[in-house]
Amino acid sequence: MNAENIVKPRVTVRDLNFYYGKAQALNNINLDIAEKKVTAFIGPSGCGKSTLLRTFNRMYELYPKQKATGSIILDGKNILDKNQDLNKLRAKVGMVFQKPTPFPMSIHDNIAFGVKLYQSLNKHDMEERVEWALRKAALWDEVKDKLTQSGMGLSGGQQQRLCIARAIAVKPEVLLLDEPTSALDPISTAHIEKLIDELKEDFTIVIVTHNMQQAARVSDYTAYMYLGDLMEFDDTSTVFTNPKRKETEDYITGRFG
Amino acid sequence: MIDLYTRRRIANATGLTIAVAAMAFGLFWLCWILWTLLGRGLPALTPMVFSQMTPPPGSSGGLLNAIFGSLMMTIGGTAIGTPIGILAGTYLAEFGQRGWLAPITRFINDILLSAPSIVIGLFVYEIYVVHVKHFSGWAGTIALAIIVIPIVIRTTENMLRLVPSTLREAAASLGAPQWKIVSFVTLRAARAGIITGVMLAIARISGETAPLLFTALNNQFWSSDMDQPMANLPVVIFQFAMSPYEDWQSLAWAGALLITFSVLTLNILARVLFRQSASTH
Repeated sequence: MNAENIVKPRVTVRDLNFYYGKAQALNNINLDIAEKKVTAFIGPSGCGKSTLLRTFNRMYELYPKQKATGSIILDGKNILDKNQDLNKLRAKVGMVFQKPTPFPMSIHDNIAFGVKLYQSLNKHDMEERVEWALRKAALWDEVKDKLTQSGMGLSGGQQQRLCIARAIAVKPEVLLLDEPTSALDPISTAHIEKLIDELKEDFTIVIVTHNMQQAARVSDYTAYMYLGDLMEFDDTSTVFTNPKRKETEDYITGRFG
Repeated sequence: MIDLYTRRRIANATGLTIAVAAMAFGLFWLCWILWTLLGRGLPALTPMVFSQMTPPPGSSGGLLNAIFGSLMMTIGGTAIGTPIGILAGTYLAEFGQRGWLAPITRFINDILLSAPSIVIGLFVYEIYVVHVKHFSGWAGTIALAIIVIPIVIRTTENMLRLVPSTLREAAASLGAPQWKIVSFVTLRAARAGIITGVMLAIARISGETAPLLFTALNNQFWSSDMDQPMANLPVVIFQFAMSPYEDWQSLAWAGALLITFSVLTLNILARVLFRQSASTH
């Protein structure tokens, strides 16, 4: 795979295999995730792009019978290692899901929930952190007067930005976005894409998307996956304008998938 | 030959008619019961019902001691059964995915859920009443708690399962340990449903007669001592309704009306609460 062009890898994936029970879902994946860039995973349904994303914070561990082999190196340590502390890993690798998942509590508490797991801030510092996260997520102006209201009362797009604020409030290094706009309307989608562009100044971002235009718009690198294989991985502009493989070209031009 | 569209319309009309008839059949009996209950119970529902003790035959009296006893034992049974039920239901839904303990617990709980309440009454009689050698309010409370537990376990588990797994994943992705995910996120998301389950359990035990017959028995006089036999509405209704005395019978109607309407109120409250929470999800 074409990974030599990545100057500063933040996450290094080597020989990664993934299994749902006996079924293998990822075959020998090798790729580098560049620091403070946006890397997009694209491919047809069932190709393993979400599965790959979910190995980066070991989300699969919630379910019995799912397992990964190989190595994913973050800060010099293999995060698939049994000794890796899951909570510490997830403090470093935040995640936002396809559907907005506000917790059944106030907007303020939604964001404070994650922060409290790692830091005991006093009231004033916590308020500052909440404001910082909400500003980063471009939500502050819309919710600053109703921080004590339930997060469930927001619109879908606002809820998703609340979830992004919640993830970055912990100050992770890597941010995983699993189809973050597929449940949103075009205006909210535009909001979030603009946000991704701003967030990559501080975070290393990996995004899974079904929307190829979105991948082309927001990402610096694109990985095309098919049936558990990494077919092509390169600069986004190269993948979209001059793909090396016929399969990639067929997919991005809409002839397939 | 009738064309397809007409056939469908006829099938639809027939189905709808049968469904409405079935509903009317069910509602007819319910309305009859409520109508009779109101007709006989309302005239008997005098202020004396709430201020006097159960009388000997032939003299006037009320149901105060029975109302008080029922309240005490219902509250006691709920207070003991609810925490156990919620904890066990939480275990089944959140912690029991791996291993053999959860499936077995769930199976036994299902049996307990459908156990006839008279069996539970006899069981408490055998393990408690026989040993302390007298009927008591505590024995009644224990019997009611045993009825509450499986109901609350079942509803708690079901309500927690309705919480989308993405919510758990979202909390886990922040690095929250499982006990925090459960107590701050999923239990909170399922709160209204769990409270509904508790209310339905209260509604269920407030009309139970059989388990109290063998445990709390009855008491003709005022008693707030839980270690003594205790008056309660279901057993008083049972005794008074079976008696040949007209004043006892009318008190039984008043008691029946009281129970029915408190159960009805609880049910409506539970539904309103559940609907409110469903609309905010």
